Amino acid sequence: MNSLIDYTLHLADNALILGQRNSEWCGHGPVLEQDIAITNISLDLIGQARNFYQYAATLIGDNATEDSLAYLRKEREFKNALLIEQPNVDWAQTILRQFFFSQYQYLIFDQLQHSKDKQLAAIAEKSLKEITYHLRWSSEWVIRLGDGTEESHRRMQKAIDELWRYTGELFEASNYELEAMKDGFGVAVSQLKDEWMNKVKEIFSEATLSIPEKTFMQTGGKEGKHTEHLGYILTELQYMQRAYPGCEW
Amino acid sequence: MNIQIRKLYYGDIPEEKGGAENTPLGAGGKQSDWPLWEVFIRSKQGLDHKHVGSLHAADAQMAIENARDVYTRRMEGVSIWAVESKYIHASNPEEAGEFFEPAVDKIYRHPTFYDLPDEVNHM
Repeated sequence: MNSLIDYTLHLADNALILGQRNSEWCGHGPVLEQDIAITNISLDLIGQARNFYQYAATLIGDNATEDSLAYLRKEREFKNALLIEQPNVDWAQTILRQFFFSQYQYLIFDQLQHSKDKQLAAIAEKSLKEITYHLRWSSEWVIRLGDGTEESHRRMQKAIDELWRYTGELFEASNYELEAMKDGFGVAVSQLKDEWMNKVKEIFSEATLSIPEKTFMQTGGKEGKHTEHLGYILTELQYMQRAYPGCEW
Repeated sequence: MNIQIRKLYYGDIPEEKGGAENTPLGAGGKQSDWPLWEVFIRSKQGLDHKHVGSLHAADAQMAIENARDVYTRRMEGVSIWAVESKYIHASNPEEAGEFFEPAVDKIYRHPTFYDLPDEVNHM
């Protein structure tokens, strides 16, 4: 039961934190149309997070709600992967982070829609169409920028060198993922690695980008050990509920 | 008479007066490089694609995707057409007189002067 709660929260946190990160672009996008595109993706992700949080809240009981799970948990209680919380920096790094995550999320949800847990399966099935579009959109931007101008190529490659170290964690199963897998409702992330790598290499070769060699992989996010960035995200995200507990509008 | 049709852009703003091509797009980058596209959406009910607006995009694929994000977020459509604005030819507003006014006093062109027999339905 606990592993189901943790597993659901992990999926929810990934979606919420990336949604929050992407939303920082709102009003600052490189062009109006892409400003709307990235904010649309934010809304899709926050919608997914809500579905998972609502489900987790019913599992936890004890007056937990989707809001209390998003706004009142502490940094160490968040189970999102480290990749998700990395800063936007520029359009290249934002796009790359989305591409890495969407490709990962696509492979997971493609299996999760057949999960033994009916609720997780339903959320996965509903989200998969959104994710398919996110993946298509971000893949095209990786190719555009990688195979674009000298500057866009340089920025894209810099983003890869920066973010690659956070990709290993995605495929290292945490305890609750292992239990979820054993109980038949979770997805075996370690088995997704080869397919993820192949898809990424495919896009990178079209984008004339290269994968860094021998990178030390950072881990810990799934278990609540985060980089310094998550604290700042939560400060902003949770400010209203912390300053005015129970406030509604 | 030799009638010349001048090419106009969306909104009937002549190119040389700084219409579509020079629209500023916000901060950063050389966005004026991106051409303007006209977007047509077919709604669930309709068979025809209706013009809904315009946007900037680097190529056709990006235009379709931008149109999806900008114009179909509220379930407006089931199909998108995008065409680069420069391929749309418009009539010149200055020639509206000779183009359209001759039709105004010819109401007999509307088939409204017939007495229909009662047996004829759906007219």
